[in-house]
Amino acid sequence: MITIVNYGMGNLGSMLNMFKRIGVNARIESDPAVIQQAQKLVLPGVGAFDTAMNCINTVPGLREVLDHKALVEKAPILGVCLGMQLLTGSSEEGTIPGLNWIPGKTARFPKQDGLKVPHMGWNVAQSNSPSLLTMQVGEAPRYYFVHSYCVHVDDPAHSIMRTHYGIDFDSAIGRDNIYGVQFHPEKSHRFGMQVLKNFAEI
Amino acid sequence: MTMLRTRIIPALLLRDESLVKTVRFGKFTYVGDPANTVRIFNELEVDELLFLDITASREQRGPNLKVLADIANECFMPLGYGGGIRSLDQAKAVFDIGFEKVAINASAAYNPTLINQISSHYGSQAVIASIDVKVGLFGKQTVRTLGGKRNTQRDPVAWAREVERLGAGEILLTSVDREGTWEGFDLDLVRRVTDAVSIPVIAHGGAGTVDHIAQVVKQANASAVALGSMVVFQKKGMGVLVNFPNLEKLEEILK
Repeated sequence: MITIVNYGMGNLGSMLNMFKRIGVNARIESDPAVIQQAQKLVLPGVGAFDTAMNCINTVPGLREVLDHKALVEKAPILGVCLGMQLLTGSSEEGTIPGLNWIPGKTARFPKQDGLKVPHMGWNVAQSNSPSLLTMQVGEAPRYYFVHSYCVHVDDPAHSIMRTHYGIDFDSAIGRDNIYGVQFHPEKSHRFGMQVLKNFAEI
Repeated sequence: MTMLRTRIIPALLLRDESLVKTVRFGKFTYVGDPANTVRIFNELEVDELLFLDITASREQRGPNLKVLADIANECFMPLGYGGGIRSLDQAKAVFDIGFEKVAINASAAYNPTLINQISSHYGSQAVIASIDVKVGLFGKQTVRTLGGKRNTQRDPVAWAREVERLGAGEILLTSVDREGTWEGFDLDLVRRVTDAVSIPVIAHGGAGTVDHIAQVVKQANASAVALGSMVVFQKKGMGVLVNFPNLEKLEEILK
């Protein structure tokens, strides 16, 4: 059973649809007491960094439960899109610290001629280090991205896949039980389906 | 400079609970059942799908959430919906089902703050401003609503700038005169709009060949292309066949 954390940000219906399609039990949950019982968590997110961190920090008990799940119980956790950015220590989009579960920072795409931001559309991801999350995704899988900020992890060993858009950035990251993907696996056909299947089997 | 894959987006027209295709916004041809049709596009692994309910605004009703939920259950690609959205709540209902973009047309023309409301809640990437353009008497192109029927008298380029300012993340630019004709895009119209705004412009109306797609991307700077007749008919004047241009061939000509 996978628990999709509903903290008020994000497109949860499509994530649930994708898990249903691959035959994985999943539910959407906002109550920290129930999240505490979860085996595996997906941390989705669409919107602004500070708004999301504020939601996580202000729902009574939620931050504590998430920290405990991630760092003490070491339950598998997958951050998606903004949910991945929250795993880092900080973002240039805001001033509130991130969860800081994977050392790194979230930065704005540099201004470049002809480079439209948000980075919106299909792009390829190149494998950087092997991971359970990206088993059998094939050579240069393509994924659907929508984001204006991108993640750079401090330790290259935490970078699972990298993508180029004006600059190289980390499009999939992982540290122990904690994973993040910048793209939308639930909107990326069989390429994303494989990532979610892998996560379900971790 | 980095180029993204140009998005090629089937634009599918909902009428009641069926998919139809039109010519210049009239002359409806039945295409099929939405859920069955999107299953095929899912198999074809298309980049993105856009659904336009062409009678919602005219009938003054909101989105048909049941049909949209059936679609979202079958689709694992980005999904956009337009038609009859007049409030933030209606947009929210569409997002909750699993769509990530809404296209606003008629409401934007009469209540421009709606674009702003939705984009401040969900981000500009979630809002497509849909602009239908038609040549009127004396050859002047103006922005239309309600399936091309109502003339807003607005200039397409000025209106494109305005919707960008209001917070739209992209523009769906439809040439009513070319729609369903297979004659090629209105390159001049697309170029004038892409020159005026910095958000992505999806060119729509007139695609008949892969070369037309290349033209509008290379000569008119469209960021994405919406296809109607090309993806639901075998050829001009022939029967229904859900299909998608060959990806390798597309990538070759878009290089």
